[in-house]
Amino acid sequence: MSRAKILALQILVAAIVLLVWHICSTYQFFGRYLLDPFFFSTPVDVAARVFKWFYERTIWWHLAVTLTEALLAFAIGSLAGVGIGFWFARKPVIAAVFDPYVKMINALPRVVLAPIFTLWLGLGIWSKVALGVTLVFFIVFFNVYQGVKEVSPAVLANGRMLGMSERQLLRHVYWPSALSWMFSSLHTSVGFAVVGAVVGEYLGAAAGLGYLIQQAEGVFDVAGVFAGMFVLGVFVVLIDALVSLVERRLLVWQPVAAETGH
Amino acid sequence: MPLPTTDTNAAPKQAPAVRFDGVGVSYFFEGGSYAAIEGVNLSVAAGEFLSIVGPTGCGKTTLLNLTAGLIAPSEGRVEILGAPLADLNASAGYLFQADALFPWKTVLENVAIGLDVAGIAPNEARAKARGWLARVGLGAFADRYPHMLSGGQKKRVALAQVLIRDPEILLMDEPFGPLDAQTRQIMGNLLLNLWHAEKKAVLFVTHDLEEAIALSDRVVVMSAGPNARIIGDWNISLPRPRDTMDVKLAPAFHEIHREIWVRLKEEVEKTYAQTEAAA
Repeated sequence: MSRAKILALQILVAAIVLLVWHICSTYQFFGRYLLDPFFFSTPVDVAARVFKWFYERTIWWHLAVTLTEALLAFAIGSLAGVGIGFWFARKPVIAAVFDPYVKMINALPRVVLAPIFTLWLGLGIWSKVALGVTLVFFIVFFNVYQGVKEVSPAVLANGRMLGMSERQLLRHVYWPSALSWMFSSLHTSVGFAVVGAVVGEYLGAAAGLGYLIQQAEGVFDVAGVFAGMFVLGVFVVLIDALVSLVERRLLVWQPVAAETGH
Repeated sequence: MPLPTTDTNAAPKQAPAVRFDGVGVSYFFEGGSYAAIEGVNLSVAAGEFLSIVGPTGCGKTTLLNLTAGLIAPSEGRVEILGAPLADLNASAGYLFQADALFPWKTVLENVAIGLDVAGIAPNEARAKARGWLARVGLGAFADRYPHMLSGGQKKRVALAQVLIRDPEILLMDEPFGPLDAQTRQIMGNLLLNLWHAEKKAVLFVTHDLEEAIALSDRVVVMSAGPNARIIGDWNISLPRPRDTMDVKLAPAFHEIHREIWVRLKEEVEKTYAQTEAAA
């Protein structure tokens, strides 16, 4: 199917959902709303709220805070994940010793860590960054670890026979292999960085999209909650598109997965 | 069992490129051991093209890995150019059976890497790599990545990647195995042309007896494993330069083919019998 057709269908889906929502929340049938506007708001109210945020420019500050937190969480989590993943993969004894602890921490629902991070790091951005880091780190860590472990033995032997020293093997074989695994999980890790930031804000903050949603919820302002969710959704889609762009540049050497839409 | 080899009548002043002296390789596991090869005596002269044929699992690749220094013999010794081999064999280039190109490097970078890691200036390394790509007929493919190439093209890159380092000894493990019949012929001729120009000692492992005879100065046959040994050694005196397609039409080719095949067949049948008994 052509891209234009797909885009048209995508817009159609949104239009139908909005239309149904609008009809059910604006018009009464047999004396009652199918979707009570107190609980479901209306598309018009939500759109008006979003417009107001952008018109009054209050939203930019919250977006900037969330974006900063997500970027910091992604950068720190990735750096730590690459470093420690590499280190563990090259030192099997260390990996064996830490294995149960890594699994234990990874199994922990991150939400329970949020209060601790707030206590340690305060209500500012760093407690949210920390939450994002705990999410991003494990994704990158496991991928890099796997990437180093699963270097093709033939490629490795070839590197040796071509005269590579242990250091050159790291640079020309292990490192690119590990990074390719990390990049292949880029969408997930960037997504989780945003999740960490928003959840952290939701649980206690003074700014950010999560804070905005939480504030609206606190006063039963459903239009505000939906408007916050909408802005967050668009924000994530834009970031994801950016990641795809970066990915295409970084992974030029990989075969493209089968094209969709034959 | 001593076998006649060509180097006994060759000029004694030059040490053989590769010499196996009573070499055996055993793998130990809990409750026993498995001897992959044993009592291998073999000598490959400098510039000689030697093929090793034998049934599946007879330890042909083990011989190459020993020569490369990727594994050490359990008994006996391996000498390279007159000196015992202790570590990786720095004078050998190895064309692996599996695809071993660096997928994240372009074709040009793949070929240049052997010079890069040896500390050659990047410009010089790339200029040489371009030269080698032209020689293997891939001059226009320098900026591609390996996944964009066909199987035959990948083997050409691998050949350039190995030969750019100018190794004294070239180890080839069924390099043309996965290629189609026509591509195999073309690659065989390409290999012979390069070999005529560079005169490396070549150890060529294959299961294809015709290919072995068409390419080689000498063909050795290994017995079925375990405890695989060398059980036959033939000089191939077909005139050179050869064309791998034309040479197969010569009566002398058929004669030597028949002679070797009689011996090889016994071993292949032995291997089948073992597999069926185990099944």
